[in-house]
Amino acid sequence: MQIDLRTVAIKPLRNTFDHLVERFGDKPASRYQEGSYNIQQESIFHYRPAWDADNVLFDKKRTKIQMKDWYALKDPRQYYYGSYTITRARQQDAAESSFEMIEDRGLAELVPADLKQMALDVLVPMRHVEWGGNMGNSYITAYGYGTVITQPCLYHAMDHLGVAQYLTRIGLVLDGPEALDTAKEAWMSGAMWQPMRRHVENLLVLQDWFEIFVAQNLVLEGLLNPMLYDYLDAEFSAKGATAISMMTRFMAEWSAETAKWVDAQIKVAAAESAENKAQLSAWVTQYRAETLDALAPIAKRSFGDKADELLADLTSEFNARCAKLGLAV
Amino acid sequence: MDMKANKKKLGLKEKYAHMTRGLDWETTYQPKEKVFPQATFEGIKVHDWDKWEDPFRLTMDAYWKYQAEKERKLYAVLDAFAQNNGHLGLTDARYLSAVKLFLTGISPLEYVAHRGFAAAGRNFPGVGPRVACLMQSIDEVRHAQTQIHALSNYNKFYEGFHAGATHQIERVWYLSVPKSFFDDAFSAGPFEWMIAIGFSFEYVLTNLLFVPFMSGAAYNGDMATVTFGFSAQSDEARHMTLGLECIKFMLEQDPDNLPIVQKWIDKWAWRGIRVLSLVATMMDYMLPKRVMSWKEAWEIYFEQNGGALFNDLAKYGIKVPECITQCTVDKEHISHQIWLTLCTHGHAMALHTWLPNADEMDWLSAKYPNTFDKYYRPRFEKLQELADKGERFYANTLPMLCQVCQIPMLFTEPDDPTKICYRESEYQGEKYHTCSDGCKHIFDDEPEKYIQAWLPVHQVYMGNCWPEGTDPTVEGFNPLAKYLEWCHIEDGKDNCDYEGSSDQANFAAWRGVATQNV
Repeated sequence: MQIDLRTVAIKPLRNTFDHLVERFGDKPASRYQEGSYNIQQESIFHYRPAWDADNVLFDKKRTKIQMKDWYALKDPRQYYYGSYTITRARQQDAAESSFEMIEDRGLAELVPADLKQMALDVLVPMRHVEWGGNMGNSYITAYGYGTVITQPCLYHAMDHLGVAQYLTRIGLVLDGPEALDTAKEAWMSGAMWQPMRRHVENLLVLQDWFEIFVAQNLVLEGLLNPMLYDYLDAEFSAKGATAISMMTRFMAEWSAETAKWVDAQIKVAAAESAENKAQLSAWVTQYRAETLDALAPIAKRSFGDKADELLADLTSEFNARCAKLGLAV
Repeated sequence: MDMKANKKKLGLKEKYAHMTRGLDWETTYQPKEKVFPQATFEGIKVHDWDKWEDPFRLTMDAYWKYQAEKERKLYAVLDAFAQNNGHLGLTDARYLSAVKLFLTGISPLEYVAHRGFAAAGRNFPGVGPRVACLMQSIDEVRHAQTQIHALSNYNKFYEGFHAGATHQIERVWYLSVPKSFFDDAFSAGPFEWMIAIGFSFEYVLTNLLFVPFMSGAAYNGDMATVTFGFSAQSDEARHMTLGLECIKFMLEQDPDNLPIVQKWIDKWAWRGIRVLSLVATMMDYMLPKRVMSWKEAWEIYFEQNGGALFNDLAKYGIKVPECITQCTVDKEHISHQIWLTLCTHGHAMALHTWLPNADEMDWLSAKYPNTFDKYYRPRFEKLQELADKGERFYANTLPMLCQVCQIPMLFTEPDDPTKICYRESEYQGEKYHTCSDGCKHIFDDEPEKYIQAWLPVHQVYMGNCWPEGTDPTVEGFNPLAKYLEWCHIEDGKDNCDYEGSSDQANFAAWRGVATQNV
């Protein structure tokens, strides 16, 4: 049964702001639209930046990728601050109860020693890789063009910080603060980690923000996240380290969700022009090779003899994904 | 078992250090100068980033949790406000001029703050300040969006909001005042940004910006604005502690930083105070129900609270900016001088103006016993007299702007309130005008920067502010009409006097529908 309360109805003069009417037609706008479209200033700036005198504050020329309309790069999740934080709060709530359960019941102690060591060797140093992802995405937020892409990159940067913190907690739960020192040492000088650290540092000095987006969000995450949160996680679960799977649940969900967002950006940018497609494809080819080199010793540690086969599988899945996005790689 | 040793709970500070500080490393495959290219060019010397004291310790999981809780509450109130015609609870619809000023003048700055703090959150070599800046960056996009969402409901029913938060700040003449302030800060380096926005704006001046607007909203029944104001309060508190930590950190790191920091404090205090003169005007003239006068607010929030802050900073050698002396004179004048200018240019405004009525003038006389009756009442009365005769006076030209603060040259000499203050500087054979010793000083220190200013009035007169395809040679060409069109100001609806406006008529009619059985 339905009951209808009567209210005083006043006919509004207009549905929404001018620029949204122009873009989407004369109808009420969503909160995502109101909070994202055209809120970055566009053309008139007072002073040349002291740190980049060739460009204006928000400048389309800071990347080789060109778009007629930068607001075509919308976020399929339609995240504005409110919907983003509410989604993540829900996920962190679930993650928190996993960590609590593991800590309360001492489930970490039930993890077989070899798998525990695997997590300490492979997952915990990854916190530094995540921190690199934070830096790249902060850069895009600062110097990218158009709120529909710069905004989710900040959310992504904060997510990377969050993931780095979850990985830190895994180290603390499994072994304590010493685990973090050991992982840092491995990251700084262990042979297994040097190719990855070199790669991450190389990404920190890139200047083209869309190149960072491709190298970091599409390629590095596109190969690394499935390796960790699908394949390695399957190993953990299958061999009795459920506690570790519980602690990476946030990352598994998050990487699937964000991959959809990344795909939408690449697909639209590639479809824009032959030049974009060629540039994006060239970047993917270059960074795929570099990423695979960086992943090789880590895969070896994680999967032993099966590492090559696994990397080949990952690569072909990744290539199929790129082909679907319209790239020639 | 050795596991037991690990069960001891980490302290908050220790845990936070693992969660943030521990993530960073000294790069070796790429040189530090390439990873952090903006770290040194401003001359600030930092020897040990680990000495940074985290001003607040929030890990991401806690951040998501707290902020999501606030967002849920905020949007529940906004939905209720929209559903129940909350706008009819306003004291008077002319109050909305203050809100229009906020949406077009402040919300876009929140957005720029978001981008600028993202840059700071990438550029500092220390992980502590980077994380804190990123949290502020994401807070600032929150503020821009919650403001737009809260005010979007007014746009549905009232004029003057329809251009949205950003279109006009690049175009409308008086909005270049707040815009140029943020452009100035963002185009500087990360350390100056922190002094300009993190310290001067968020710490020293926020009480004079945020509090008057939010209190004004509370006094005038604007639940939408009050709600985002309250919801932003705890964010603002974090931002204030970041600003303060940042200045202390710079001063503690190296004695050579003191003169640079002092110069920035002087500059940004004056830049900020000039921006606040718009807030002064809002407080004294635009609120149907007033909270307190600008002069009172200045005395409480700046002279008393700010004084305590500078006493605190004195141990580092920081001195109170010299320009503050002039402010004790200015506080009696600026709001009146600006409102007179806005009223006489009301046809070129994106909001309604009005001449103060008899009651309001009495309030102003009481609040400004030294100046209002002597200098300003007669001018408002003259304007009223003309208006009563059907000859409402609007200036036919646009006012000349100060090269630095971009406020029209309307302020008076510190020792003579009947004489407009002009200062002149010469740079590369050209003359530049500023409104005060404070602005002239800023200009003379960085002329190469300030000659780049995009002064809207100059640009209008150069013919750069018309819609694309405008032909100024056609017969009967009206440059003002074209300028308004370019700004998305609807002539006759958004501008001119509130008296007789459609906002006034609609508000009265809708309130009638809502409260009477007609």
